[in-house]
Amino acid sequence: MNGPPLTKWTVWLFVLTLALTACSKKEETTTGTTGGEMTVKIGQVSPLTGPQAHLGKDNDNGARLAIDENNASGVTLGGKKVKFMLVSEDDIADPRTATVVAQKLVDQRVAGVIGHLNSGTSIPASKIYFDAGIPQISPSATAIAYTAQGYKTAFRVMTNDRQQGKVLGEYAVKKMKAKRVAIIDDRTAYGQGLADEVDKAVKASGGEVIAREFTTDRSTDFLAILTSIKGKKPDLVFYGGMDAQGAPMVKQLQSLGLKAKFLGGDGVQTAEFLKLAGSNSEGVTASSPGLPIDSMPGGKEFRKKFTDRFGTIQTYAPYAYDAVNVMVEAMKKADSAEPSRYLAELPRVQRAGVTGNISFDGKGDIRGGAITLYQVKGGKWEVLETVMGGGATAMEKN
Amino acid sequence: MDKLRQRWNALRHDRHAAWAAALALAVLLMLLPFITGETLGRGWVRILDFTLLYIMLALGLNIVVGYAGLLDLGYIAFYAVGAYTYALLASPQFGLHLPFWALLPIGAGIAGIFGILLGAPTLRLRGDYLAIVTLGFGEIIRIFLNNLNAPVNITNGPQGINLIDPVSFGSFSLSETHTFFGVTFPGIYTYYYLFLLLALLVIFVSLRLQNSRIGRAWVAIREDEVAAEAMGINTRNIKLLAFAMGASFAGISGGLFAGFQGFISPESFNLFESIIVLCMIVLGGMGNIGGVILGAVLLTVFPEALRYIGDLQHYLFGRVLVDAADLRMLLFGLALVLIMIFRPAGLVPSVRRRHEFGSDASVLAQEQASLYDARR
Amino acid sequence: MDIFTQQLINGLVLGSIYALVALGYTMVYGILELINFAHGEVTMFGAMICLAVIGAITATGTDANGLLIVALGLSAAISVCTVLGFLIERVAYRPLRRAPRLAALITAIGMSIVLQNAAMLIWGKQYITFPPLLPLVRYDIGGAVITNLQIFIILLSCLLMAGLLVLIRKTRLGRAMRATAQAQDIAGLMGINVNTIISVTFVIGAALAAVAGVMVSAYYGLAHYFMGFMLGLKAFTAAVLGGIGNIAGAMLGGLLLGLIESFGAGYIGTLTGGFLGSHYQDVFAFFVLILVLVIRPSGLLGERVVERA
Repeated sequence: MNGPPLTKWTVWLFVLTLALTACSKKEETTTGTTGGEMTVKIGQVSPLTGPQAHLGKDNDNGARLAIDENNASGVTLGGKKVKFMLVSEDDIADPRTATVVAQKLVDQRVAGVIGHLNSGTSIPASKIYFDAGIPQISPSATAIAYTAQGYKTAFRVMTNDRQQGKVLGEYAVKKMKAKRVAIIDDRTAYGQGLADEVDKAVKASGGEVIAREFTTDRSTDFLAILTSIKGKKPDLVFYGGMDAQGAPMVKQLQSLGLKAKFLGGDGVQTAEFLKLAGSNSEGVTASSPGLPIDSMPGGKEFRKKFTDRFGTIQTYAPYAYDAVNVMVEAMKKADSAEPSRYLAELPRVQRAGVTGNISFDGKGDIRGGAITLYQVKGGKWEVLETVMGGGATAMEKN
Repeated sequence: MDKLRQRWNALRHDRHAAWAAALALAVLLMLLPFITGETLGRGWVRILDFTLLYIMLALGLNIVVGYAGLLDLGYIAFYAVGAYTYALLASPQFGLHLPFWALLPIGAGIAGIFGILLGAPTLRLRGDYLAIVTLGFGEIIRIFLNNLNAPVNITNGPQGINLIDPVSFGSFSLSETHTFFGVTFPGIYTYYYLFLLLALLVIFVSLRLQNSRIGRAWVAIREDEVAAEAMGINTRNIKLLAFAMGASFAGISGGLFAGFQGFISPESFNLFESIIVLCMIVLGGMGNIGGVILGAVLLTVFPEALRYIGDLQHYLFGRVLVDAADLRMLLFGLALVLIMIFRPAGLVPSVRRRHEFGSDASVLAQEQASLYDARR
Repeated sequence: MDIFTQQLINGLVLGSIYALVALGYTMVYGILELINFAHGEVTMFGAMICLAVIGAITATGTDANGLLIVALGLSAAISVCTVLGFLIERVAYRPLRRAPRLAALITAIGMSIVLQNAAMLIWGKQYITFPPLLPLVRYDIGGAVITNLQIFIILLSCLLMAGLLVLIRKTRLGRAMRATAQAQDIAGLMGINVNTIISVTFVIGAALAAVAGVMVSAYYGLAHYFMGFMLGLKAFTAAVLGGIGNIAGAMLGGLLLGLIESFGAGYIGTLTGGFLGSHYQDVFAFFVLILVLVIRPSGLLGERVVERA
């Protein structure tokens, strides 16, 4: 073969070392007790590499902050002092990897899982957590299907597409007085799910959907679809997707001279959006599930602590933070970190988190589903109003 | 060292030793999920399951690229077709619940038909032009899967198809835990044995094809299409057969994936997956079944093994310098580059390729060929 | 009609960016017959370095002219990217020059993954904004809008492409490049240093990629370590459409692809009677590509490749 034999050996050595490092790692004991202290592992799964890595890291940071705070304040379960440990795994937003990672967390006997970030990864993983009886709280999965599978271990602290889409659609027609609405989505499970619900709600409230256009979550050029929308003269453009596409979209919308209001969901209501869109963001309206962070008890401190330590909040960090705290609260109520014992307490938890008042309904969805609408004024997201979830109010009675 | 080599050579030609080795391998493969499950955890058993799926996929692509020399960058589309066929025929999506024994052949058949659909218009294309067209074909399939939820909901669009029936034989469902002779077999273990069985079948078919009339025709086309045609090979049919065969292997693998996961969505079938499968066969050694299997194993296991890089850093430096997740893909890319630089024909090259560029004589021949190769 | 003009403008701008990136693919392919998958990542590096320099300059709080700052960033991007292009060829491709072509393809893919993740480590996972240094002026042409930046992008691309054509057709270096592309060994016998020529090809390609990267980030206002992937893929498609290995073909392919995408997204709904929407934009682009290749198997301007004996 080519190359001196030495190089050949180095390659083999390299492969061998890596193989050995893989094998030498044994499962260390998990929820173990050392001295009077008990270690409780909590899993966190999100894409830490790939195009969504910034969002994944954000969830990781949010969960980490909550874990550290609980460790600092000291939690005692069953008479033992608890040290929480965050086990963060990367699912690269891939459904297949998500199941592998989920199985690994089950192997490590985590007490609960915060995640996953995407609906497409949360759903296949939820079966594995359900089989193992481990509670899972997703901070950001919005697909209706996630909690509709009948798994009693699946929860979320984020409203689902239907809850948010209904509020957005009604708001666009009734409050923003839009008659002709154009809807764009990014053909991801999140964007399409939300856009479809907005579409329904707009029509139900007497508005007209004059255009449905589509893009992808990797695109940066929206001029073609915006031009074709412009020809149909909309009053309002709704975008179902993330800030990284929303921001250039707003810019291009204005550079085309298209004078329509811009409305987005929680993927757009971010600090990152303000940064990316700059002065073009002025007047943009977007929603975010829950109540305004700064109005919640501990909200301002959370924002400060988070920014001091990790920088700007991207999107879902507060939800990951709340998810951890809700899980810990259930453990405290059950006085145990055993999944089988505190799982029963989870549906009974009532907590004022930084993203709003959190309690779960029978399916594991967030009860009430309050949605807050924000508008960019002077380069900042200002609260317009909070709308209680329309469909969810009926559920609240039972 | 020489003595060792002599003994090794003697051992290689010893029939008893060969049988013993085969037996040891068989026992190892049978016990593998238990060994892995006990030492590394069940997460790794799941990785084993996926490795077997990738072995089937890679062997399918090996027929197209390795044997017939047709560069296919959209191969994952057939995997997707297989998965979606299974999912649509065994899920609440249309309320159909066909039995497993019917699903797999249907999936393989439909994937094979798609293989021909791709092959037919691209027969005239060569090399990189074929690569880009197959890439486009793969993307077209994915985009259709992602968007066929309106006007008629067929694939449920980006939301994917959920609650797909698990693989089951009668009332025996592979997703449940079973106990035989006092030994517990969790779902992922029984899946392992099913996948192993089918992977062995695919390996067997690949081996038989390799030296068959068809296999030799593929190699002839790969080496020189004009000469092959002159020799009386019907290049059109033989090429289409390669596409169809490769696609049907992917179809089987895809169907198993759908049943195993219980949920599929278009994001599982992106371009990167096609590229990874191609990497598997090139890295392992194109055209060599052992090499392809090695490539599939390495590229499925290696990224997972790299997850421990954080622990390794902890062990070496006492703390984590760089986030494990951040380094994982970097090292993966680096490994691809290094392996190719040091073993350009793959880790285990096929015999023919070893001849092609092992000896100096053939390198010389290659250079001479390029002297007369005034192509532009 | 104004909609049509607008789509034409959109397509032209998009197309000139594709064309510029496609040149890098086609040049390397012409000489080495290698799909340089890492080329999109070089584009990304160009954007990132430019933004890093701009960030560093603006952080000092100078009130220098915005254009000057961008020009500084651009020149930094070009110089780093040329070094990067040179190194990629030297480290990853040169050892594989006599290896089977698929081996080099896998190295290229590996290189692309390495560069992507290196950028992620260096510049982080967030999107990076391009500060509003360039004043935006909008012009109205019969209802359609064109900005000064769009005009600049089209002009600069045309200028660079024309320059490259002159370089290849008229200069000694260009002749050496063409000779190397035609037959490496004979070119070597004629006294051409083949290694240098190949290095130069990579360097020129990388410089063009750097310019394209800066243009993209300035135009869309942001950069991200993953941005090179899709851009590279589209540009590669454009290069094949025009006939890979052919410089003029890459330009034509780039412009055509931009127009196809733009008109595709705009009119596909009307064309298919509302059955297919703009989500089939890429399907439309690939469909045209396949159609072109089925009719002309070597692309629009590519020559018919004689089967290698």
